[in-house]
Amino acid sequence: MLRLNDVSKTYRVGTFGGQLLHAVRHVTFDIQDGEVISLIGESGSGKTTIGRMILKLTSPSSGTIEYNGADIAGIRKSGLKDYYRQVQGIFQDPFSSCNPIFKADRIFQIMHEEFFPHVGKDKWRAKLDETLKCVGLNPEHILNKFPHQLSGGQLQRFLIARALLLDVKFLVADEIISMLDASTRIDVLNLLADLKKYGLSILFITHDLSLGYYISDRSVILYKGTVVEFGATGKIYAKPLHPYTQMLMASIPHLDKKWTQIRGELGGKTNGSLEGCAYYERCPLPGKGQQCLASVPPLVEIEPDHMVACCCCEK
Amino acid sequence: MSLTVENLTVYYQTLKGVVQALEDATFSLDDGEIMGLAGESGCGKTTLGTSLIQLSGRMRYIKGKLALDGQELPIWDNTAMNDFRYKKVSLIPQYAMSAMNPTRKIGMLTRELIEAKKVDFNQVLPELKRRLELVELPEKVLNMYPIELSGGMKQRMVMVLSTLLNPSLLIADEITSALDVSTQKAVMEMLGEFRDRKYVKSMMIITHDISVLYQIADSIMVMYAGQLSEKAAAETIIREPRHPYTKMLIAALPKIGVRYSEQVLSGIPGKPPLLLDPPAGCRFRERCPAAFGKCLQAPPFKEVQKDHFVACWKEFERHA
Repeated sequence: MLRLNDVSKTYRVGTFGGQLLHAVRHVTFDIQDGEVISLIGESGSGKTTIGRMILKLTSPSSGTIEYNGADIAGIRKSGLKDYYRQVQGIFQDPFSSCNPIFKADRIFQIMHEEFFPHVGKDKWRAKLDETLKCVGLNPEHILNKFPHQLSGGQLQRFLIARALLLDVKFLVADEIISMLDASTRIDVLNLLADLKKYGLSILFITHDLSLGYYISDRSVILYKGTVVEFGATGKIYAKPLHPYTQMLMASIPHLDKKWTQIRGELGGKTNGSLEGCAYYERCPLPGKGQQCLASVPPLVEIEPDHMVACCCCEK
Repeated sequence: MSLTVENLTVYYQTLKGVVQALEDATFSLDDGEIMGLAGESGCGKTTLGTSLIQLSGRMRYIKGKLALDGQELPIWDNTAMNDFRYKKVSLIPQYAMSAMNPTRKIGMLTRELIEAKKVDFNQVLPELKRRLELVELPEKVLNMYPIELSGGMKQRMVMVLSTLLNPSLLIADEITSALDVSTQKAVMEMLGEFRDRKYVKSMMIITHDISVLYQIADSIMVMYAGQLSEKAAAETIIREPRHPYTKMLIAALPKIGVRYSEQVLSGIPGKPPLLLDPPAGCRFRERCPAAFGKCLQAPPFKEVQKDHFVACWKEFERHA
């Protein structure tokens, strides 16, 4: 339903915008109906930028994003409202996603007036109650409250409800779990997974690999804005091929085994080379050499539904 | 015993009343022990950590006895604590990213800090350089402003700063929460190395992420709503937790190998009580599946097995 075609985003940074920061480089992947894709990478890997481009908060420097076959760059004005009716985002900090001086009712009322002016008041109220219950909230505990009177987990669910009230088909969930406590995060995660049943597709952006594993059908591993590995979640986790993915997997704190003796790596300080493999400098593979720097390694399908962009790893 | 704490109770004075943030904490820390302190937000982890170093304006010391290396730790006396702070007890704060003065170069900042404790900076300098090397920071950072460093680099710089005078006790408050998995691993391993090299005698790592603690900590202490729930060796807490809260908390952690499509994990229903006027007795009572009449009284934090402390009436019965 959503497809990213060779999307790149370049920011101008530095005092006079003289330097270029390539946040996203030639990213191509697609998301099917009712599918959860997790986008995994360290900070600075361009995960959030991809989410923002899909939500039309920034526009890609090159490449296109297609939603149901149509390029979203062409959507303007009235079309935009229709687009947002179907595509919504939820962000990391639930408190800064709500206007702190608006009560919950008012937020819903604005939605009612803006998006569903033809729906009667009673009908709207019934729909509202139903949606709140669907995300596991008691409407009486939520309505007539200010955002600060709700807990983080409640508010995050409230935001999911806000998105669901629209006829949302595609949800960008940007690190929505990271602010929550261990005891409540799993409930929000289960809620997201349940929504799949309604045909909702989710782009689940996270840096926590175990959360990604729990919820997603397919995973995209990003490094410095390039996709280094892409495929079915089970296959990537069972047999990570790219050295970066392997390093990430080795760094996950497991509950059933301790970290092995290889040292954790400190994040790369450089921008990554533009011509060749972005991971070249940190790459530990013995076989790395000129061929890595000559050109950006393309994504190659190793087994069905498992692609990797590395020219020297064992296949 | 590096640190012993007995019946430490610390409240917050607020406009609405007294918040009972830390109730009757009794525990001890061995020499060389890395203890992890885990719990949900608002359960008093940070209160316990900071009360060992400085009571901020609204914090009220109610009762309790503390001793560090056999010497009394006078946390109720702000001036007397000056002799302990930084030299004996040191802290890596929660927001280490913004812990350094942005208007000073890092070298200058370090010098001022060291000299404020009446220690000659030039004597410390060679050691400082050695430690910078250990955490893989170039020596030239001393000539840079904090803003020039990335988040992970700042974190490591603060680690070196906090431990420069070889404190007996280091409190590390949520130091890896903002870091990527790979950097998180590196930082945690450096903490372990600091202990192995005897830069720091014992350590208290505060975090909500139990799986990180399991990797590095010798023992884990779990708190709930201002009360201690359980303390035991890390292995024991993960494998054989006894307190119902710990059990549920560990069961709620997503791990590699568990997928929604195959096994649905469940969270802990309900939410922690407000500490402004907490219910009497065990504070986990309302969310606890095993609660019974006796839970109306607060359970003591008792050793049920060697080095395994639990505060739960059900567990006491089982071991009576």
